[in-house]
Amino acid sequence: MSLGSVRAGRFAPPARDLTANRPRRSRLRYALVVLAFLLPSAIPLTAFVLIPMVSAAWVSLTKWNLLAPPVFVGFDNYAKLLADPKTADIFLHTVYYIVGYLPIVYFGGLALALALNTKLKGRALFRGVYFLPVVTSWIVVALVWRWLLNPSSGIVNVALGWFGIDGPGWWADPAWAMPSIIIASAWKDLGFVMVILLAGLQAIDPELLDAARVDGAGWWRRLFSVVLPLLSPSTFFVIVISLINGFQVFDQVYAMTGGGPGGATQVVVQQIYDLTFRYGAAGEASALSWMLFAVVLGVTVVQIVGQRKWVTYG
Amino acid sequence: MADTALRKAPARGIAGNVILYVVVIVGAIAMFFPFLWTIITSITPGASLTLTPSLIPDDPSLDAYRRLFEERPFLRIMLNSLGLAVVTTLVQLFTSSTAAYVFSRLPFRGRGVVFAVYLATMMIPLQVLIVPLFVELKTLGLIDTYLGALLPTFASAFGIFLLRQAVNQVPRELDEAATLDGAGHFRIFWNVILPNIRPALATLTVFAFMGSWNSFLWPLVVLRSPELQTLPVALAGLQGQYTTQWDIVMAGSVVSVLPMLALYVFAQKYVIQGVANSGLK
Repeated sequence: MSLGSVRAGRFAPPARDLTANRPRRSRLRYALVVLAFLLPSAIPLTAFVLIPMVSAAWVSLTKWNLLAPPVFVGFDNYAKLLADPKTADIFLHTVYYIVGYLPIVYFGGLALALALNTKLKGRALFRGVYFLPVVTSWIVVALVWRWLLNPSSGIVNVALGWFGIDGPGWWADPAWAMPSIIIASAWKDLGFVMVILLAGLQAIDPELLDAARVDGAGWWRRLFSVVLPLLSPSTFFVIVISLINGFQVFDQVYAMTGGGPGGATQVVVQQIYDLTFRYGAAGEASALSWMLFAVVLGVTVVQIVGQRKWVTYG
Repeated sequence: MADTALRKAPARGIAGNVILYVVVIVGAIAMFFPFLWTIITSITPGASLTLTPSLIPDDPSLDAYRRLFEERPFLRIMLNSLGLAVVTTLVQLFTSSTAAYVFSRLPFRGRGVVFAVYLATMMIPLQVLIVPLFVELKTLGLIDTYLGALLPTFASAFGIFLLRQAVNQVPRELDEAATLDGAGHFRIFWNVILPNIRPALATLTVFAFMGSWNSFLWPLVVLRSPELQTLPVALAGLQGQYTTQWDIVMAGSVVSVLPMLALYVFAQKYVIQGVANSGLK
């Protein structure tokens, strides 16, 4: 699917085209206003993201070990990656991560945001505590979770033992390594989703809820008929961002398993990192990045086109 | 007050409230426990990570914190991180809100494509951009400068997207009323839009600050001099220096989390205030 197929009208809520049928001078003025609002972000994004992206696209057509000058090889890197069965594996590992992570973090974050948006005593304290993992660096979080999930001495398996359950090998076991990463990631990001959804809940007009209540709508009815539709822009944001970040999952994998055991948690960006900084294959790493980019772009475009069916703006 | 969406649920009785409290408290303990463990390790001299630590250290001491600041330029490192985070946050609030206004309120042909390109900047992993970015900033002579560390953080597609969703929720009737009063786009942006998206601005403040405060890879690559070092880079350097002294590593972690947490608590108050004060909701 190409970018060109996504028209302005699909992205934005319907708006009149203010540029139509205007005298030339006022159209020029309008263009200047648009530029004044757009350039502060367009200049840095172009200079420090888009230009390096184009450079990376060029690097993907070369063989380069970062030391000797790059050698142009055309699409060899892409062909090599497509022929390698390992490529499908690392994409599957990444999708496995997303499928496990996203439902936990979204429904958990929503429940938490709803709970902490009530007149709960001490909710300010709770909001702070639930946000703690978000601000803690992955270096520390990974250490803690490796220790909690230690197969022999970790608290989790010790606690399971009290109930006579023989706990799994967690990050040391190929079958349980990815679930371990998913648990730690969901634990860390729950507060992130909570904060975004809380800001969305705060923006909901209480009068609408009062009106629904007067009409006799119960809690669940208000949730599904008023709150969730009005929250849909925030929900859309959380899902788009979580998928973009999920496909690029790296820090927690690097810090918890390094892609192991036996490659069971080797995800796309871990592979990109290994190719660049361990194997000196910058060309192949760039090609893999562009393949990842194509997948993420496709997934995001589908969501943006699909949002018209369920996202309502104020 | 105007800060609740789902309170006063008549169907939920006392039992429901008790369950709610129990769930929220148990969850909070699970969230807090690892941080508690970090604090305990930081006050346990010669702490080891291979043994199961006891929750009450035999000989608690704040020595690790003293050594953190005495043996290293840790204060300077914190000021570096603070300065970079403050500048990044202020600039991102400006560039994100102006761009969000365009993508919500100023239609033009091809705007959807421009927005898609903006979003696309989030979709390529940083790990692959680092090398080209380094080469580019070297050409500009900005390696090992604060400016070189800052420039790539000045605009964020995440922030623009976040604020665009918020601006879209501001009723258009408010713009139209202001237009009738003779306000132009700059006045509408400043007097109508910004006051109405305060919760989102407070949220972005937290995330922009946190992104800068915790960023590791780019500062590691671009800031070479020890006196320009930032917190995460210094913390990573503590590990593996000699044999890792975990009490010092954990003391550094505690010190690095506290300013972020303070900012978050402050911003959260603002989220609620923002809605209450706007008078429009």
